[in-house]
Amino acid sequence: MTPEDMDLLAALGRARAGVRVETEKPYLIESRLAPLARREGYDSIDALIGALRTKREERLIWAVVEALCRSETTFFRGRETFAQLRDQILPALSHRRREAPIRIWSAACATGQEVYSMAIAAAEAPGLVTGTRFEFFGSDLSERSLEKAQAGIYTQFEVQRGLPIRMLIKYFENQDDTWAISPRIRQMVRWKRINLLADLSAMGRFDVILLRNVLGGMDASLRGQVARSLAALLPDDGVLVLDTEDDASEIDELLTPAPGGRGIYLRDPSIRAAAA
Amino acid sequence: MKTCLVVDDSRVIRKVARRVLEDIGFEIAEAADGMEALAWCRAAMPDAVLLDWNMPVMNGIEFLRQLRAEPGGMTPKVVFCTVENSPDHIRTALDAGADEYIMKPFDGDIIEAKFAEAGLL
Repeated sequence: MTPEDMDLLAALGRARAGVRVETEKPYLIESRLAPLARREGYDSIDALIGALRTKREERLIWAVVEALCRSETTFFRGRETFAQLRDQILPALSHRRREAPIRIWSAACATGQEVYSMAIAAAEAPGLVTGTRFEFFGSDLSERSLEKAQAGIYTQFEVQRGLPIRMLIKYFENQDDTWAISPRIRQMVRWKRINLLADLSAMGRFDVILLRNVLGGMDASLRGQVARSLAALLPDDGVLVLDTEDDASEIDELLTPAPGGRGIYLRDPSIRAAAA
Repeated sequence: MKTCLVVDDSRVIRKVARRVLEDIGFEIAEAADGMEALAWCRAAMPDAVLLDWNMPVMNGIEFLRQLRAEPGGMTPKVVFCTVENSPDHIRTALDAGADEYIMKPFDGDIIEAKFAEAGLL
């Protein structure tokens, strides 16, 4: 890849997805583009980028942007964060919502582990009001990731990263060397391809939004916009969940961190006591 | 320093597991079957046991049942590490008192994740 190629990739990532392409890490970019080049029938990454320049084909541009955005995920990533959601946040919401559904959105769900972890956490949450209903939504920029998420089929390696063995036995079915999430959990989730740079105001209200490992990889000039548009969807007692390592400076102006330092942010400080 | 007894009839697996576990701060003892492992536990109860299922002399599940009946035998966290990956095997292991369960093949990340799940890290 030439410096001009890197500039092109950086410009596409920023314009299409708000993503900061790490041009200082060419090996990382190559490892993400190599499988795409193979899949699309090009001999090399250079050939893929050549086609990108000459054809200017929307489908190929998006395939490249999605490959650049691909992120690693595991079940229950940040175990303590999920424990706090399960044991404190969800029961508190259940008591306040009563019959109204609790709506949970994994806003960059990748291959689905995060939203399924939330669905399992909700099924395991203690002390919910009888009749509590949950609605789960998973969205991502990548159609390929969403297809895998929706299938809910994981390798033996994937189910051994973060998923306690008792949860595996309880919520998955073994099929040879793969594990499928049980239909009961899978059917609770709805999926959609969503670019977080788009207008999100028609998405409706969400009580819990997970936006993990996203802001840190975004172009600095767009982080605030995304943080604001998601925070605007939270009701007064809603929560936004970031990665503990995420730089949260944009969020700090909008929301208040929940006690525990586990990346959970509250819209209204007055309900801190209830969530603690 | 926490101690972990690695029980597997494969010397190669014991060596790989030892390297991973030493890196996350465990002192390692090794046993090649369940009988040898029981002898270790009677001499000095470890904090953790990484346990294969299929071994000569005494297999992993028999070892686990006997361990849990020993004085002090409820203390160690036991993590199975086996090619057996059927839900029936996993349920049998949990019923016998296993804390976590690794399906081979494994890597260092999986051992670390499972030991964290078992409350060992």
